[in-house]
Amino acid sequence: MTPALVRRRVSTVVLSAIAIVVFVASVFPVYWMLNSSFLPNNAIRGPVPHFWPDEFTLRNYETVLGDGGRAPFLPALMTSLTVTLITVAAALLLAFLAALAVTRFRFTGRRSFIIAILLIQMIPGEAMIVSTFRVLDGWQLLNTIAGLTIVYVATVLPFTIWTLRGFVGGVPIELEEAAMIDGCTRMQAFRRVTFPLLAPGLVATGVFAFIQAWNEFLLALVIMQRPDMMTLPVWLRTFQQATQTTNWAAIMAGSTLMAIPVIIFFLIVQGRMTSGLVAGAVKG
Amino acid sequence: MAVAPLGTRAAPTSATAGPPANLPGDRERDRDRDRIARRDRRGRRVVALTPAMLLIPATAVLLVIIGWPLVQLLVISFQEFGRAQVFGAPAPFVGFDNYADVLGDATFWEVLGRSILFAAANVILAMGLGTLVALLMTRLARALRLLVSVGLLLAWAMPALTAVVVWGWMFDTQFGVINYLLSQLPGVDMIGHSWLIDPLSFFGVATVIITWQSVPFVAFTIYAGLTQVPTEVLEAAQLDGANGFARFRFIVFPYLKSIFLVVTILQVIWDMRVFTQIYALQGIGGIREQTSTIGVYIYQVSVGSGDFAAGGAIAVILVVIMMAISAYYVRASIKEEQL
Repeated sequence: MTPALVRRRVSTVVLSAIAIVVFVASVFPVYWMLNSSFLPNNAIRGPVPHFWPDEFTLRNYETVLGDGGRAPFLPALMTSLTVTLITVAAALLLAFLAALAVTRFRFTGRRSFIIAILLIQMIPGEAMIVSTFRVLDGWQLLNTIAGLTIVYVATVLPFTIWTLRGFVGGVPIELEEAAMIDGCTRMQAFRRVTFPLLAPGLVATGVFAFIQAWNEFLLALVIMQRPDMMTLPVWLRTFQQATQTTNWAAIMAGSTLMAIPVIIFFLIVQGRMTSGLVAGAVKG
Repeated sequence: MAVAPLGTRAAPTSATAGPPANLPGDRERDRDRDRIARRDRRGRRVVALTPAMLLIPATAVLLVIIGWPLVQLLVISFQEFGRAQVFGAPAPFVGFDNYADVLGDATFWEVLGRSILFAAANVILAMGLGTLVALLMTRLARALRLLVSVGLLLAWAMPALTAVVVWGWMFDTQFGVINYLLSQLPGVDMIGHSWLIDPLSFFGVATVIITWQSVPFVAFTIYAGLTQVPTEVLEAAQLDGANGFARFRFIVFPYLKSIFLVVTILQVIWDMRVFTQIYALQGIGGIREQTSTIGVYIYQVSVGSGDFAAGGAIAVILVVIMMAISAYYVRASIKEEQL
């Protein structure tokens, strides 16, 4: 072998080794969560960790699902599901209407509206907890599904409008016009031509909104203070605080239950995450 | 209020999602669109009203749930507002007293300095490691690249709170896998070592968690950018004798400058206002007073101690800081989208 070839071989081996290290470092915590959740609690509290679930058990999941004590899982799951699903539906509807307005029409204030959307997105939620709490309190909306949902809708709305704006703008208006020339009304043209083309965009945006609402922690912590109104993130923290000295295995089972839907959804839409930025930014 | 989108690191606004809205040649289309709008004006009024009607629902929600609390926040920050006022006592206006108090409070500056240092360390680490991983991905064979991508995606997809809980377990004093693995090294005994008691070590753990979750976004974004750099230019440079570093410095970096800038700003925004990771980690173990960043501090001052006036003033200061940091990002987004 020539020296150049040897060098290339060596660098391939080194790079592959680094790649494996990156993979292991990324995956290990997720693996460790799953692994611990499938082991008996006394097994993970031993001097030597079990690196695979050799004493496989589902008892931790039973503990989490059956716990009716200080932090019951199922009511939190129901609250989270309700809030998240209503948030997704409402945000998609409102954002879709707004996206139509800013892509299909020219009007005064259009530019200002879009800039306002961007600016609102930059207001840190941490700063808003006090006044949001006070405003909701004034309307008797603390510890209610409606209260948290409407806050979440407003929270994800700027982002959903921005994203849908891109998708709606990507469907050429000429298609709609052609349908109208062929005899469709504006509504029909929209429903039969534009809407099907938009469906993937709506799904992607909806999934983003779902992940955000599902994971949101701070506002839920402030707005849903009553134990029976906890969302899953607040539940997980309460549960972890209550059991971390005794039962990490159950905490890992709870973490798994909370993380799985997000991970699945995330994998579905990940392809959309990076394409936009690059398409725009590397022109010059 | 982009709590969730920016907080979860899932999806920054304009930067990522969706196809680019305005392609070159759009101006013509705009003209067409105007023509259609005019043609539609047979029912003149209806068409003139339509965009307004479409915008009303979203605008109403934003005004009521973001706009109104924002006004309230400003008002509170100029009032005396504590527990008594929550229960109905009158809240007298005190001018800039709250701001004077906050700015004269050594704790505030300590917290702010800590947040800035912490954010700086995390941004540098995430950008550095993310760029290296992106460069690595361009040189891997297909199968390995897929493997790395899957790993990064999993780390990225973990909900922030779950990530903290899981890492908290891994760093557990007694039974944590990290203490066990470190103790396997000859002469090291880490069993029983607490990672969260010492503030510096606490922030080390927080940095590990945040870096673990931010590197994927940086790596994917920059990798996507790298694939757009024309290979002819790189090959020409190589023929001219430029080594790897020179090629990165003089060709790749200039090409990707705008991506680097946008990603860096997003990281700064996320890391400056970090809440979930620090707050949850404090719950696992860690001394609140010595480890709070500005987001957590606002929560402690207002929700914890009930001093809504001071909390409000700090919040307004944070909003101003964040707006200043994001100004470039907002401007760049507006320019990119040719609004």
